[in-house]
Amino acid sequence: MRLYDVDLSSRLLLGTAQYPSPLVLTEAIAASGCGVITVSLRRETANGGGTNGFWPLLQATDARILPNTAGCHSAREAITTAQMAREVFGTNWIKLEVIGNADTLQPDPFALVEAARVLCADGFAVFPYTTEDLIVAERLLDAGCRVLMPWGAPIGSGRGLRHVDALASMRGHFPGVPLIVDAGIGAPSQAAQAMEMGFDAVLLNTAVAKAGDPVAMARAFGQAVAAGRAAFEAGLMPPRDMAVPSTPVLGMANLGLGGLR
Amino acid sequence: MRIDLNGIPTEVAAANLGDALMALGYGSTALATALNGVFISAAARATTLLHDGDRVEVLAPMQGG
Repeated sequence: MRLYDVDLSSRLLLGTAQYPSPLVLTEAIAASGCGVITVSLRRETANGGGTNGFWPLLQATDARILPNTAGCHSAREAITTAQMAREVFGTNWIKLEVIGNADTLQPDPFALVEAARVLCADGFAVFPYTTEDLIVAERLLDAGCRVLMPWGAPIGSGRGLRHVDALASMRGHFPGVPLIVDAGIGAPSQAAQAMEMGFDAVLLNTAVAKAGDPVAMARAFGQAVAAGRAAFEAGLMPPRDMAVPSTPVLGMANLGLGGLR
Repeated sequence: MRIDLNGIPTEVAAANLGDALMALGYGSTALATALNGVFISAAARATTLLHDGDRVEVLAPMQGG
């Protein structure tokens, strides 16, 4: 998979929040096989307060860093946060989140497009967290985005793909654009579903971090994403309305017991 | 002068952002700064003058989704 001219061997992107411990986090990253991890920025207290301990841990992993603008509610806020992230994390990659509603955490598409335009012009590789709306997607591409990240379900809900038909339309509408289903994935089967539909990757966090055994769940997601992709590439059979016998009927014995009609 | 540091009213004597961070005890760890909502790069901190009532944000890497 190629995102902004970077080749990645895994189609799973993993969030780093809410894990029970830093050790579990790093083990989960390794078990998932993911090539990209998301991180954020938060207020730092003076005198070396110490949220920084986790950052060297993540730097020691092989995963590429994708900073986010989580929690931003305006374009300006997201733009400034992106600029700060670029300096601290040393990457021009940015997961652009501009939240439009505090309850649903759904993207504000207007502010999103506005921020994307500014950041793309400023040399950022923007990964916009968006809806499945096709026109918003076109505007984001016009703004310079070369990857789109439609939601599966509201952030942290674990509800899977809520709008399968709309996601399928989006996939069909933008055949050459890397599309990553971001947010709302709760189970490996849901990740596999997105991959079978032809999405290029999935990004998730809570489903792994809040699992009973996050490391084992990370591995399960890695396998599900790989299986889903393999299935997509293999070509799924078209569904049928009626039953069709899989065992050949031709040459079947007539035992005179009411079998053949 | 009194600035607003990460939402907390804070007295600082330093004239510029770089000196203020030093005086406040921020080490050399990974930090990003903004002044009144505008990003200030690490290189620009020493030449960025502070004024009474300025809003300063100091951010560090954090886990994220």
